[in-house]
Amino acid sequence: MPQGTTEIPLKQQVLHENQRIAERLRNRYRDANLLCVNMISAPGSGKTSLLEKTLEILGDEASPLRVAVLTGDVQTDNDARRLARYGYPVKQITTGGCCHLDGSMIERHLADWDLSILDILFIENVGNLVCPASYDLGEHDKIVLLSVTEGEDKPLKYPSIFHKASLFLMTKVDLLGLVPFDALVAEQNAARIHDGIEVIRCSAVSYHGMEDWIRWLKKRLHAVRANNCRETVTH
Amino acid sequence: MHELALAESIAQAVRRTMEELPGRTPVQVRLRLGVLAAVDLAALQFGFAVAARESGWDGLVLEAVCVPAELLCVECGARTETRVAHGDCPVCGSSRTMLHGSDELEMESLEVVDGNTEHASRNDGDSPEATGAA
Ligand SMILES: Nc1nc2c(ncn2[C@@H]2O[C@H](COP(=O)(O)OP(=O)(O)OP(=O)(O)O)[C@@H](O)[C@H]2O)c(=O)[nH]1
Ligand SMILES: [Mg+2]
Ligand SMILES: [Zn+2]
Repeated sequence: MPQGTTEIPLKQQVLHENQRIAERLRNRYRDANLLCVNMISAPGSGKTSLLEKTLEILGDEASPLRVAVLTGDVQTDNDARRLARYGYPVKQITTGGCCHLDGSMIERHLADWDLSILDILFIENVGNLVCPASYDLGEHDKIVLLSVTEGEDKPLKYPSIFHKASLFLMTKVDLLGLVPFDALVAEQNAARIHDGIEVIRCSAVSYHGMEDWIRWLKKRLHAVRANNCRETVTH
Repeated sequence: MHELALAESIAQAVRRTMEELPGRTPVQVRLRLGVLAAVDLAALQFGFAVAARESGWDGLVLEAVCVPAELLCVECGARTETRVAHGDCPVCGSSRTMLHGSDELEMESLEVVDGNTEHASRNDGDSPEATGAA
């Protein structure tokens, strides 16, 4: 090293500020005893459509779960308007050009919400398969959606999100047979990046797989609450 | 393109660190980058160069050490190191592989030199401040 040169250790996450906010959000979700899922996909893979059908099904149940949606978009509030029809609280986050949601956007939009009345908080991220993967929103689960019109190789091309997601929702499976897409190969590719990732094949048109998806949500909600309960006992 | 936002976070950390170091000039930030970090290094470096120039540090560069991942072959059992997130087994060629890697994106260290001139990094020794102290 040349004279007068000093190496200063930084040892700091580039996203440490977002990480700090995510920690605060995690605490809020835990205090509210709710499940938060962060839904991530490329533009148009069917996030809003799936959420519409999810709200419709949940609303028809005998004792409906209490849910709410934050939906991110670069420009419009179309998605929020589509989702608001089901009578649940919905808020649009318009990022004004930003390609992902970050912790501070979530915190700002949740500021005046009483989370304690909720069972599940859905976050629909901005349509983008790369950038949202880097931003922790304090969620319990990242969920990646890939539609059958996008190609089986996408888990290999966008490994980060498949690595971090606990569930892979293969969407638009009503189109299988109409498009040359090998669902098994797509699942194998996802497993190469994330051994043991859960997969549900679903469709917002035919309702195929919707029961499995709702069951998955309830299973996760129970698991999160059981875990919160254990933590309360041990603390 | 969240690389611009990441570049700005790094520049901010540099600015904060440099506040404590009057009379010095930053010349290099070293980053640790996991295979699964989902970051385009070229875009990050471009964004960082812009942010650095705005702060008056023309010679400040961003270097990244890639943290390799492990590729486990299901077919032959070979464990090999990889710097890309997908690929076939280099031992037997099988595509039945599994990846174990990290998504870390960490600022490891900052290299600074004595002197306040923006040329300090390039013409080490030319400027009186750079040769004088320490
Ligand atoms: N055939 C078929 N089409 C679908 C399905 N789900 C969504 N679509 C269509 O796909 C298009 C995009 O759906 P959206 O739900 O808006 O997708 P999105 O992921 O919310 O899109 P962005 O929020 O813009 O990223 C629409 O034209 C939908 O009608 C499905 O299950 N089957
Ligand atoms: Mg949408
Ligand atoms: Zn092999």
